[in-house]
Amino acid sequence: MAKVLVVTSGKGGVGKTTSTAALGAALAQSGEKVVVVDFDVGLRNLDLIMGAERRVVFDLINVVHGVAKLSQALIRDKRLENLWLLPASQTRDKDALTDEGVERVIADLRTKFDWVLCDSPAGIERGATLAMRYADEAVIVTNPEVSSVRDADRIIGMLDSKTAKAEKGEQVKKHVLITRYDSGRAARGEMLSIDDILEILTTPLLGIIPESQDVLRASNVGSPVTLNNAASAPARAYTDAARRLNGETITMMVPVERKGFMERLLGRRAA
Amino acid sequence: MDLKVEPQRQLVRLRGRSYVAFVFSPVMPIVNWLEEIDATLTRSPGFFVGRPIVLDLSAVDLSSHGIAHLISNLENRNIRVLGIEGVDSSHLNASLPPLLSGGRHCVVEPSEPKKVEVKAPPATSLLLESPVRSGQCVVFTEGDVTVLGSVGSGAEIVAGGSIHVYGTLRGRAMAGINGNSAARIYCQKIEAELLAIDGYYQTAEDIDNTLRSRPAQAWLDGDIMKITSLN
Repeated sequence: MAKVLVVTSGKGGVGKTTSTAALGAALAQSGEKVVVVDFDVGLRNLDLIMGAERRVVFDLINVVHGVAKLSQALIRDKRLENLWLLPASQTRDKDALTDEGVERVIADLRTKFDWVLCDSPAGIERGATLAMRYADEAVIVTNPEVSSVRDADRIIGMLDSKTAKAEKGEQVKKHVLITRYDSGRAARGEMLSIDDILEILTTPLLGIIPESQDVLRASNVGSPVTLNNAASAPARAYTDAARRLNGETITMMVPVERKGFMERLLGRRAA
Repeated sequence: MDLKVEPQRQLVRLRGRSYVAFVFSPVMPIVNWLEEIDATLTRSPGFFVGRPIVLDLSAVDLSSHGIAHLISNLENRNIRVLGIEGVDSSHLNASLPPLLSGGRHCVVEPSEPKKVEVKAPPATSLLLESPVRSGQCVVFTEGDVTVLGSVGSGAEIVAGGSIHVYGTLRGRAMAGINGNSAARIYCQKIEAELLAIDGYYQTAEDIDNTLRSRPAQAWLDGDIMKITSLN
């Protein structure tokens, strides 16, 4: 039974696209057949993070409008054979998405994949609402600071009211993923604590992704962080989160950077 | 007898039917008993108007003249006697109501006009069992709103009555919006952005910092909003 999962946040720049790519790759590594769908029409990024930007021919909008077939638009990852990408259009905007078209494409993807991961655009407008519209589960990405937590709360409210499942009286299963977590700053009280965030959002925690240079490094080379350096702290955190999505119970912990001997000597200059 | 000439005869149909009547059982002395009737009538005038009444005279021994006197006394009180029971037929004459027999006991249902089936009274309170998220706005002008959970920052609760939040109130709460100055706002943890009762409001800036994160209530004292800790 295919699962449609939307990665959303409300606020921009908290790590939705990075998380979609990393979770998608981690699920694919565990043997699941995964497609990551970029809903950020007009501002697409997922193709870059996945390192597939030079292979895009057709996109989501073409499929929604029936110009191209789904199989023509899907791009297979070069590293993992059961990981696919459905890119967004860069030349159009969110108004080009239609409810019926999205419903048809999602239904089509359900028949072909185990996991359909939808990378939502920021905001609460058409793009974001259509990305979450047909989801079974949702990962709400938030940083440990007040504005992104409040926006996450807003998005959770929309997941409970604006999705197809909510309209049928069912619930979208929700998970909170905290990204860019800096345990040092949290200890000094410079960030919201995990407990504070969960108390505000009253939603189960999927994982805590530490702030790390590895994330930026992976983005720059066009690779999901879980593939680029699987031993890095954020990659381990994403892998754990993906296993929790698959129903495994794994103790929650905040992975810390394993500093090598040289790095420890050179302090924090390891960018 | 020639049937052909005979005009069509109207058939007289007789049917039995039973009705419920009140039975009066006068006791001696009749004067005192009549006073009791008067007392009932002063409590609820018109109680016997239009109701069939039967007199049970088995407890008293009255002549036909006495019976006629009693009946006229009752008629003066707007009580009309339909029949008499419990006396020998020899005591009755043609001017008196007929003798009845074979009466059975029954429960007299209070025959106030049957109340029309009342619709379920309109709800006077609203219960929300899940947290109210940022951006959501709950408006309930008919009465109280109870939230079993938190009210997120940027969420809004508007109630005609009081507001109860069994969680953290981080958003805006407006109680008594229809001019109900007795409405109050209660919460388990106060982090509110704005509290308002009947148009009087305080923003987060005005709320005493020592109250923060504590159980609190807000109410109106004249035209001053008071916020105090609940413990």
